[in-house]
Amino acid sequence: MDIHEYQAKELFRAAGIPVPPGRVATSPDEARQIAQELGGKVVVKAQVHSGGRGKAGGVKLASSPDEAATHAGAILGMSIRGLEVKRVLVTVAEDIASEAYVGILVDRTTQRPMFMVSAEGGVDIEEVAATNPDAIRKLRVDPRYGLLPHQAYGLANFLYTDPAQVKQATRIMAQLYEAFIGNSCSLAEINPLIVTPTGEVKAIDAKVSIDESALFRLPEVEALRDLDAEPAAETLAREAGLSFVKLDGNVGCCVNGAGLAMATMDLVKTYGGEPANFLDIGGSSNPDKVVAALEIITADPNVKAILFNIFGGITRCDDVATGIVEASRRIRIDTPIVIRLTGTNEAEALEILAEAGFSAFTGMDEVVQKAVDLAAQA
Amino acid sequence: MSIFIDDSTRLVVQGITGRDGSFHTSQMLEYGTRVVAGVTPGKGGQHFTALNGDRVPIFNTVEEAVAEEGANTSAIYVPPAFAAGAIMESADAGIHFIVAITEGIPVLDMTRAAQFVKDRGARLLGPNCPGAISPGTAKVGIIPGQITTPGPVGVVSRSGTLTYEAVAQLTAAGIGQTTCVGIGGDPVIGTDFIDTLRAFGEDPDTEAVVMIGEIGGTDEQEAAAWAREHLQIPVVGFIAGQTAPPGRRMGHAGAIISGSSGTAEEKIRAFEENGIAVARRPVDIRDLVRECLGA
Repeated sequence: MDIHEYQAKELFRAAGIPVPPGRVATSPDEARQIAQELGGKVVVKAQVHSGGRGKAGGVKLASSPDEAATHAGAILGMSIRGLEVKRVLVTVAEDIASEAYVGILVDRTTQRPMFMVSAEGGVDIEEVAATNPDAIRKLRVDPRYGLLPHQAYGLANFLYTDPAQVKQATRIMAQLYEAFIGNSCSLAEINPLIVTPTGEVKAIDAKVSIDESALFRLPEVEALRDLDAEPAAETLAREAGLSFVKLDGNVGCCVNGAGLAMATMDLVKTYGGEPANFLDIGGSSNPDKVVAALEIITADPNVKAILFNIFGGITRCDDVATGIVEASRRIRIDTPIVIRLTGTNEAEALEILAEAGFSAFTGMDEVVQKAVDLAAQA
Repeated sequence: MSIFIDDSTRLVVQGITGRDGSFHTSQMLEYGTRVVAGVTPGKGGQHFTALNGDRVPIFNTVEEAVAEEGANTSAIYVPPAFAAGAIMESADAGIHFIVAITEGIPVLDMTRAAQFVKDRGARLLGPNCPGAISPGTAKVGIIPGQITTPGPVGVVSRSGTLTYEAVAQLTAAGIGQTTCVGIGGDPVIGTDFIDTLRAFGEDPDTEAVVMIGEIGGTDEQEAAAWAREHLQIPVVGFIAGQTAPPGRRMGHAGAIISGSSGTAEEKIRAFEENGIAVARRPVDIRDLVRECLGA
């Protein structure tokens, strides 16, 4: 789960990391008032779950409260990579002597939290990794011991030469690691970590993603979820216990299991179509999930054909069939549905579907081809 | 022959009284797996009765199940909040093969649990995996027994139902399996592709391997390079997620393209460069395996 910069900064602030003061605004008037309270120069920053905010014109410097209001008026409502800006962060503008990068993520290969730090801050770290890998120092933290003091110092020492700055950065490394672990992050990034002309080390941008699987024990972090930042269909899907990702094609897909769902989307493409979504109804056999899935898929106006691909193992085909029939009674479905069911209770399922007037297949390739054809004809 | 599980497997089911644990314990017993114990804290001394009438003693701890019943393998069906703890309990009790079915274990919990298991010299399969089945001998996990049949092909995969799809097609074509192994769809897992390929390579009965991967991470790429160097038997590969957009988690917590890394194209290229025959459609897996076996 991604959270906004202003929320990430709150988590950092709570961990003790120096972050310039600021607050979030939803209107130009509010932005003016915050700028007034902060005094001096401020930055008005779009709060959306996307990189490239600066390039898109979503980050502006203001030297007066009125200018902050004007910028907020321009930024609020603008669209950055398809996401509407509904909030801006108004924060003190710091003077910058140098910029560094500090990030932590879970390294899959070594299965450990991994620091990446670079004195080349304020830029895309993937680019630095590709063009100048020696500019990055990596440190994998042994989960048995956590971040050790000499390791934190080593990271800071890689970035700075001035002992006072090294000392401040050492503390920030430890604080960032605590924030990373304490909030079950999958990513925590300070880019840039700056040094001011007076030698203070501060985080002026923050990016945090939280491990979805850990949210059950972090209600205060779960509360940071911004439902505006995701398509409504994805919110509905999550609440119904479905995995769903919206795409741009016209073949709606409803599959059990993530791997089979991806393979089904790929096969749609192989046969010349485009999938409208990824949707995994999961391993359970709850007909209500099938109903919810069909509601979500049919709400997408691009969808011209709906494809079911169910491999019954734990999932029982007859339960899915019941769900399809149930959904067709509860909601109006004008889109043609093509169904493939095989495995556990396949015969019962085919009977249930036949009675309700649906035809079903048992081969994956034929049903995908049929769905692609139907979508093309529509 | 087979890998990881066979007729010496003595299974303890952690979370045997839960909804999933009880259902699958019955399924495993019906398949012929020796389920020797169950563990549910607070229910020690009771018995679990399977659908076929078999009775399994329940203990409070895995340690007791090992001491009393000689359990050497565990299957974990406990909820995500307790699953990492259950894995470490198993390793601490001397279980040498731990299969974690549970989906949704926090990743940071797993970084600790995976290290703990390694430190004790045990092997972890999963989490968020369907387990393993050695057709005709034993199954640990949730893979439907009826789609498998004994034979010469090893199957290893990050997914559940996609594996069933491939295995069912093999079985329908008369091509049996030594062992089918689901390594799981999480970013931090125990046994990986290389571990499984190594085990298949050492198994005299496995004549070819099917490796089913998906987007996210570099496990497939590393396994492909390893196989070229160390594996004497042919590998047929499949990668799911060619149409997956970057930065989005596709159901499995580990199925995500981060930046420009972990794409299907990258993995398919690694397969091809290392002599692995790549199936473009799931149905092609069967045909490529048939060619490998020269049948």
